[in-house]
This record gives sequence, C-alpha cells and structure tokens, in this order.
Amino acid sequence: MSMQVKIDYSALRQTKWHDYAIRFVFGGLITAMAGLIANKYGPVIGGLFLAFPAIFPASATLIEKHEREKKKGAGEEGDDRGKEAASADAAGSAMGSLGLLVFAVLVWKLMPSHKAWLVLIAATLSWLAVSVLIWYSRQRAQPPRITQ
Amino acid sequence: MAQILIRFVVGGFVVSAFALIGDLLRPKSFAGLFGAAPSVALATLSLTVATMGSSYAATEARSMMAGAIALFVYASFVSWIMMRYKPKTLWATIGSISVWFGVAFGLWYVWLK
Repeated sequence: MSMQVKIDYSALRQTKWHDYAIRFVFGGLITAMAGLIANKYGPVIGGLFLAFPAIFPASATLIEKHEREKKKGAGEEGDDRGKEAASADAAGSAMGSLGLLVFAVLVWKLMPSHKAWLVLIAATLSWLAVSVLIWYSRQRAQPPRITQ
Repeated sequence: MAQILIRFVVGGFVVSAFALIGDLLRPKSFAGLFGAAPSVALATLSLTVATMGSSYAATEARSMMAGAIALFVYASFVSWIMMRYKPKTLWATIGSISVWFGVAFGLWYVWLK
C-alpha cells in the first residue's frame, strides 16, 4: 500500500510572512554560525553543523499549526492530528537524513578531485534519490500512519 | 563581516527554498524529507570552496556525516516522542536538540577527533 505524493498549494495561503521570515533568519543564522565555528574551531567541528536541525522546530511547529487549523475548520478535534502530522514530518526527516549521509560521503570523497559545482549537484541529486527511495520502501513495507 | 553577511543571506535563501518545497508537498512524511535537505551544507560548502578550497570543504563534509547520523537519531526521537506522548511540538523539537548535540559530539569524540 503506498500513498500518492501531491502538491498542496493551500499550504502557501496558510503560511504567514513571519513564518517565512523566521525560517529565513534561522537558516541564515546557522549558515553564518557554521562558518564562524569552522573559523574558530576548524573544519572538523564546523562540519558537524552542516547537518544541524536549524529550522526543524520552526517547520514542525508550523505543520502542527496548519493541521490543527485545518481540522478545526472541519469541526474536528485538531490537536492530535496536528501532533501526528508533526510526528510524520519528523519521521520523513529521519529518512531524509540518511540521504544527507550519502550527500556528505560523496562530497567528502569527490570534492578534492572533481569540479565543486558538479560534486554539489551530483550529491544533491543523490540525497533526493536516496531519500525518496527510502520513503517509498517504507511506504510499501507498512501502511501509512496519517492520511493527509 | 561581509563574509558572515553573505553566508547569512545565501543560507537564508537556500534554507527557505527547501522549506517552501516541503510546505507544498503531501503527505507530510514525504514533505519531511525536505526537513533534512542539504540546505545549510549547500550554502556553506559552495562559499567554503570559493574561500578556503576544496580540501577544506571535503574535511567539513567528512564531519557532516556525524552530523547527519545525529540528525537521524534526533528526528527519529522527535517522531517517536510526538506519537507516544504528544507534547507541544515546539517543546519536543527544541528540548530534543540536546540529542543531536550528544550524538554529533559523541561521534566526533570517538571517530573524528
């Protein structure tokens, strides 16, 4: 049993400008911080922060809020659904982090001997391919917890 | 200072772009994949290659493996705690950041140091 992946434009209407701003600021801050940490403590410590969950709390909270509002509008108790949606999002991020591991391995191994832009594109596509593959495998292996 | 500002702006844009893609997708478990997108890594590594060279960037990427494993443990823990105890999402995600630090620096200590 597998779920279909869909694009839901209604999420854009639900997202307020300050939600975008918060994620921009957190994303910018952690990127700047990763550079500062690398400068001060070296690339070995700095590199850890390339996989820091910078905007994870903001995104998960936003998902919970959207799901809660949606279910409240439909006259349903939305609290639990909001938390289930946040849990499903986190489970997806866990799968995506395995793709991120592949990204890191490819950059580590290929960067010194190949063109940087080519390595970054190939590693990003690999992250996507591995993450999606793991997600589909999980979907086929077990029924979904949440239907939206 | 200019370098930090450039990192901030580039990082903000790349992270926001991946987050926006995640917003649009359903189901949420699929959208969650984009919560682990290499957004900070892309912004940082592309700027690092330009300023410090590719060997420096490769060293960062090697450490990033430990960060990615820590992210896996962190996200799995958050998913489990949200399903099992249903706490407030903000508290669960921020409170669990210590899990990421513990795993990332634990791996650094035994493997990368």
